[in-house]
Parts: sequence; C-alpha cells; structure tokens
Amino acid sequence: MNFLRKTLDKVKPNFEKGGKFYFLHSTFDAMETFLFVPNKVTRTGAHIRDFMDMKRNMIIVFIALLPALFFGIWNTGNHHFLAIGEEPTFWGNVLYGLKKIIPLYIVVYAVGGAIEVAFAQIRKHEVNEGLFVTGMLIPLIVPADIPLWMLAIATAFAILIGKEIFGGTGMNILNPALTARAFLFFAYPAWMSGDKVWISGMMSGENIVDGFSGATLLSQAAAGTTNFVNGLGQSVTLSDMFWGFIPGSVGETSVAAILIGAFILILTGVGSWKIMLSTLIGGITMGLLLNIFAVNSYMALPWYEHLLLGGFAFGLVFMATDPVTAAQTEKGKYIYGFLIGFLAILIRVLNPAYPEGMMLAILLMNVFAPLIDYMVIQSNIKKRIKRLQKINS
Amino acid sequence: MNNIIRIRKGLDIKLAGKPEKNIIGEVSFESVSIRPADFPGLIPKLIKKEDDEVKSGEVVFIDKYRPEIVFTSPVSGKILSVIRGEKRKILEIIIQKNNLNDFVQFSLIADEQSSEKIKEVFVNSGIWPLFVQRPYGIIPDPKDTPRDIFISFFDSAPLAADYDFILKDKIDEINLALSKIKKLTNGNVFLCFHKNTVLANDIIEVENIKKYYFDGPHPSGLSGVHINKIKPINKGEIIWTLKATDLAIIGNLIKTGRYYPERIIAFAGSEVKNPGYYKTIAGANLSEIIKTNVKTQNARIISGNVLTGTNITERPFLGFFDNLVCAIPEGNKYEFLGWVKPGINKFSASATFLSKLFPKKEYEIDTNLHGGKRAYVVTGQYEKVCPIDIYPQILIKAILAEDIDKMEQLGIYEVIEEDLALCEYVCTSKIEVQSILRRGLDLVRKEFA
Repeated sequence: MNFLRKTLDKVKPNFEKGGKFYFLHSTFDAMETFLFVPNKVTRTGAHIRDFMDMKRNMIIVFIALLPALFFGIWNTGNHHFLAIGEEPTFWGNVLYGLKKIIPLYIVVYAVGGAIEVAFAQIRKHEVNEGLFVTGMLIPLIVPADIPLWMLAIATAFAILIGKEIFGGTGMNILNPALTARAFLFFAYPAWMSGDKVWISGMMSGENIVDGFSGATLLSQAAAGTTNFVNGLGQSVTLSDMFWGFIPGSVGETSVAAILIGAFILILTGVGSWKIMLSTLIGGITMGLLLNIFAVNSYMALPWYEHLLLGGFAFGLVFMATDPVTAAQTEKGKYIYGFLIGFLAILIRVLNPAYPEGMMLAILLMNVFAPLIDYMVIQSNIKKRIKRLQKINS
Repeated sequence: MNNIIRIRKGLDIKLAGKPEKNIIGEVSFESVSIRPADFPGLIPKLIKKEDDEVKSGEVVFIDKYRPEIVFTSPVSGKILSVIRGEKRKILEIIIQKNNLNDFVQFSLIADEQSSEKIKEVFVNSGIWPLFVQRPYGIIPDPKDTPRDIFISFFDSAPLAADYDFILKDKIDEINLALSKIKKLTNGNVFLCFHKNTVLANDIIEVENIKKYYFDGPHPSGLSGVHINKIKPINKGEIIWTLKATDLAIIGNLIKTGRYYPERIIAFAGSEVKNPGYYKTIAGANLSEIIKTNVKTQNARIISGNVLTGTNITERPFLGFFDNLVCAIPEGNKYEFLGWVKPGINKFSASATFLSKLFPKKEYEIDTNLHGGKRAYVVTGQYEKVCPIDIYPQILIKAILAEDIDKMEQLGIYEVIEEDLALCEYVCTSKIEVQSILRRGLDLVRKEFA
C-alpha cells in the first residue's frame, strides 16, 4: 500500500489551501480517509481515543443491511417471473433483481453524493458518512420498478430538505431515508401504492399472466380479507411471511433477513436494542388491543402476523433505531420505540388511506423525539432542584 | 466493611505496560519546573525573575487575582528560565537545582491550633494548591469553609499507580495531615478507598472523618464520582478534594515544617522498557529515566494518566499533582482501510471490533485520533461510561450553545474535566469533551464572579 500512500501524498498539496484543486478538497479528503485512517494525533484532552469512529459505525449498519438487500434482489426476480408465468430459477431471479436494483443504487448514490460533497465543500467539513447508510436504505424501501427520475428527485429532496438545511448529518430531525419515501408516497402515489407497483413488471403490464394479482398482504387485509393469497391465488402461510416470499418494497419482505441484521446491530451495540424491543412491545400491545375490540377481520388479525407484514420489521430494526432522529436519552428510547410500534399498527388497521403505518409512525415520532427527551431530562433537572430546595429549607 | 458503593458505569482501558510493584530507584535531576497550566483558571504573576536565587519553599510566583495564593520552589537553586507561549503566556518556570539545600522553615502546627492558623501555614508553604475546589476544579479560596472534604485513596485510571504500594510508608504523615485537615470543614472529611484496600485499617477514623469504599471500573476513583454517590454538590456549595498522595506531602510539612513535595511515581505504558516506580519530587526533570527506560524515539511522554495528563515530550517535567508518567506510541501514521479491519488488536468500548472477544488482553494504543471529527450522531455512549447522574452529551451541547442556565440545570457544578475524560475517549464523533467542558466551567465562573 506504500505506492498508493506515496501517490496520495504527492497529489495532496494540489487539494490543500492554495492548490489548484482546492475546490475539490472535501472530495479528496473523503477519498483519502476512505482509503487510509488519517495520521492525525490527539492534541488536547485524552491522549488516546477509541478505535470506533463514524466510518466504523456506518459500515456495521451497511453490513447489517446486506442480508435484506440480497434477499430483496432475489425476491424481486422471483415475483417477476411468477407474474409472467415463467418458472423462477435462482440465478434468473438474481440476475433480474440485479438489473432492477443496481440502477436504483447508482441514482441514489450519485444524486445524494453530489449534494453531500457540495455541502461539505461549502461548509468546509469533511464529507459525512451518513449518506452511506441513507443511500443504502432508500432503494430498500421503494418498489423495484420506481422510475429513476422520481427516485432522483426524492433523494435530492430527502438530502436537501430532510438533512442539509438543518445542518447536515447529525442535525436532522427526520430520518432522511423515510423522508425520501414519504416524498414519493405523497408526490407520486400511483407509483407507491396500489396492487401493481410491488411486483416488478406489472406496471408496464407486459406478459403478465391473466388474473395474476399483485396485491400486498396489507392491501388484502385493508380490503377485508385476512386469508392471505399470493398472486396466483394460493394461500400464503406464516412461514412465507417470515421468510419473505411475499410482494413488497425491495428490502422489507424477509423478516428472517432483517433479523440477521438486527442481530448484528444489537451484538455490536450500533443499533439500540432498547428501541427495537420497545417498538416490538408497542406493536404487540396495539395488536392485542385491536384483537380484543375486534369488529372486523383486519382488527382480528392475530397480533404476531402484524409483525411479519409490511415494513414493520424493517422499520423497527433499521429506521426507528437511527440515533440522530430517535430519542437521545436511554429512558426516552423506551417511550419513543413503544409509541412507534403502537402507532404503526394503529394507523395500519384503522386508517384506510394508508395501507402501511410504519413510515408515518416513525416520522411522527421523529418529530416528537425531542419532546420525549425534554421530559426525561427535565426529570433529571427537577431532581437537582429538589435537592437544592431541601438544603435551603 | 460498611459503606461499600459499587460503580457499574465506566470503562477500564486495558493498556499494556502496567507498572511492576518495585521501586527502580530515585530520579536524578538537575532542574525542576512549575507549570501554571496545572492549575485551571490561574493567571500567574512572577515574584522571582530569571537568574534569581531561590530557597526551597520560597515564593516563585503568585496568583495575580488572589495574591495570597503562592507557589513555592520545591528545591533550592536559581531561576533558569521562564518559558512563554502565545501572548507571552507563562508556560513553565524552570529552576536549576543547587546543592546548598537552603530551605524556608515554616512554623509547626500545634494540636490545639485553629483552622485559620492551619490554613495560614498551608498557604504560605505552597501546599495550598494541592487542594482542588468543586465546582470549577480550581485552587480554593482560603477564606472559604467547604461543606465537606473528599479524599480519594485510590486511582482507577489506566496504568495508575497503586496507592497501597506507594503510601505504605506514609501512614504517619497521612494520619497527621488528616488530624489537621478535619478542622478545615464544619462538615465531614470523606475518605474514599478501593474495596480491596490494605491501607484503610491503619488510617484514623475519628470525629468527622468518614470512610467509604468503592468498587468498579474507572472513573470509580475520581472525587467527582465519590461526591455524586455520597453527597452530591449543589449550586452555591463548595467542596474541596485531595488525593491521598497529597496527604503525605501535607503530613511531611506538618511534621518537619518544610515544603518537600516528594512523589513516588509509576512509570508505565507500552513504550516503557521496564515499567515500575521511581522516587522523585513534583516538577522534577525526568530526562534521565526517559533516556534510559523508553524504547523508541516516537513515543509520547505524558505526565499523569493517558486520559487527562499533560504531554511532556518536549519539556519532560513531572506535573504538580501527578504520580504517574506514561509513555505510549505516537500515532502519526496512516492505516490502510483501518476502519473496515476486523480489529483483533483494536481495543474499543464498543463491540464493533473482534477485540471484544478477548476481554483479558492488554493493548498497545497509540495517540492517533482513529477517525475524523463529526457532529453528534451516536447517543447513549457517554452515559455508559459516566456514573455521575448527569446527561453528559446534553451538557456538552448546552456548553456549545453557551446556555448558562441550561448548564447549571444539567449539573455542570458536579463535574470537572477528569470526570468526563472517558466520554471523550469513547466518542465516535471525536468531540473534544474536556476542553469544551473547561470552556463551560470558565463561562459559568465568570458569570457569577
């Protein structure tokens, strides 16, 4: 690696202040720090620092997302071939999935990356790693067939309005990936809801088997049938739901793949188990409540099926746990998570306008997270004030 | 044993090069230094100038705004040089030792003497700056009477000197010092020992002297933690703290009437050939032991521990409060794709490196930042290593916003830099927690001055 290091050292002066490529210095910096952990040493305070840094943090989330991505690639192809009546093969599925999903990533990273680098340059910051994860997430929570220009606009909206205007990574109020999804959902509802968008190829409608239905299980439930069937009319088992052999956004269908990610996040401590657990409990609580007061078949849907459907598991593991937009106090995390789970199922079942409640529940709680923190911190402050009053009295 | 307090939050950083329990020898030195930066908030005013002769115990400089607080020479000799930095700020006053052994004889303190008289001797002899006042971590005002005095009898920091070992011959001095110090407060003198102490039984426990025992990871040995767990400090209250090693110096003053800041220091760290203990005095030039006992040139020498100490590589003088000197490798090198490696040799508080699988292993950790500075992203990290009942990350944000009301409410009075040093160590975003906290403390102090 000496050669690489020497080359970098040789070109580096061009990107430093006074160099002719100074306007690209944060790009260079991002590349350099990607390749090499810098030689910066501690100047003030503690002489040694933990090996943990933002890059390490983000790469762990990245790795945790891989199982969901791999499954999503396969599942996209699988459903496509089912819909056109061909026998799905493993490699056929994977190839088709890759063909669909690689362009999504190229668009998201190109658009997001350009904005991120431009802002880093203007602010004279180093390029933040936040985009690395946001960009990984966005394609996983959209339909595989989403037109690329829509995705580009949504990504730009999410990074600019969702993040940069608040000051960049670490300062944002709303989860950027979900902001992108919410933007698509409200701006282009035809491409984000309905019975056709979730299976690749159905929007164009070519070669689709007669009578094949692309309805997701959630839309079937909203329509009043909880004896779920797949596109060909065969019934869907609990194990199909768990493993993810159902239509949906690219990365959200396989609870099994998501659980592997959850395991990685919890084991490394990168994702908060407190949020995950309390979201789960919140969802179960609401599911049970609805069961008790059930007046229709959707409300009577067993609570555990809710956990396997739609984006609940994905949102729980990867979205609710975003440390920037979640509650920041440890006690607050329990409240925050619980309310997400609780509201997600509530919106899902009782609001006919939105078949999926997870996205809205998380965004809503993102907004309320500072309030939760405020209350938790206030109790700590009050304790201190009480102590003082006791002494003065 | 009653009064055992178990600390759960915290972190023991497993550094290689722990000091062996034997005294290697005495440091031979030609010069000593007094470093005003050892005392936060101090603006020094020189009394002696370059080439002036000084006796041991004679005033070298004073606190500009509280002239009664004096700093005395630990040796007899002459002022060799005054080293200044930016804006002519005094960084170091170096005194060349001679062999005359001239010293100032301070009056002895009789048993029945009042706290005023005791303070007078403490102040005039120059041992007064050993006391640290909470809040702010500054030298206390001799006119104050603190609510309580807290004395830590162990150091939990990485590589720290073992107080049981270095104080075993100082029991008489410690007891003598305690018999006077207990008069300085109307409250209690809290002695805070480690649970496995061997010293505690020989230390007096009379009248207002109370013993407590602590167990758990660093920062369980810090007075900030002891105060918070035993009797938290409130706005408007004043607490003084000391380390048990300082008691030995105070006891010696009471016994002999001489200022002689003897220190037994641990010399430790992965760059030390033969980690162990040395006898010396506060401020001594350590060039000799660094030359003979450090492995490489590219080492950072730290007076104090690796979390809060001072970089003394350039001018190797022992700090006023320190009984530990560390040598660790400088991290001024690049590492190819360092952030994706599995990290078997990378110690981390997080569980994102394979090193987590080897809890007993000791590590060579260098001074590299291991990453770039970012905005806060990760949460809950600070709380895991801070046993004091505050929200460190929220406090740091309040300081960055210069919101003095919020700082007060969030408990800035309960902490000084050392209490949050571990937060700085673990920080994923590489935030300079200690210097930010100092800025906050200075701000609050100025507001209420």
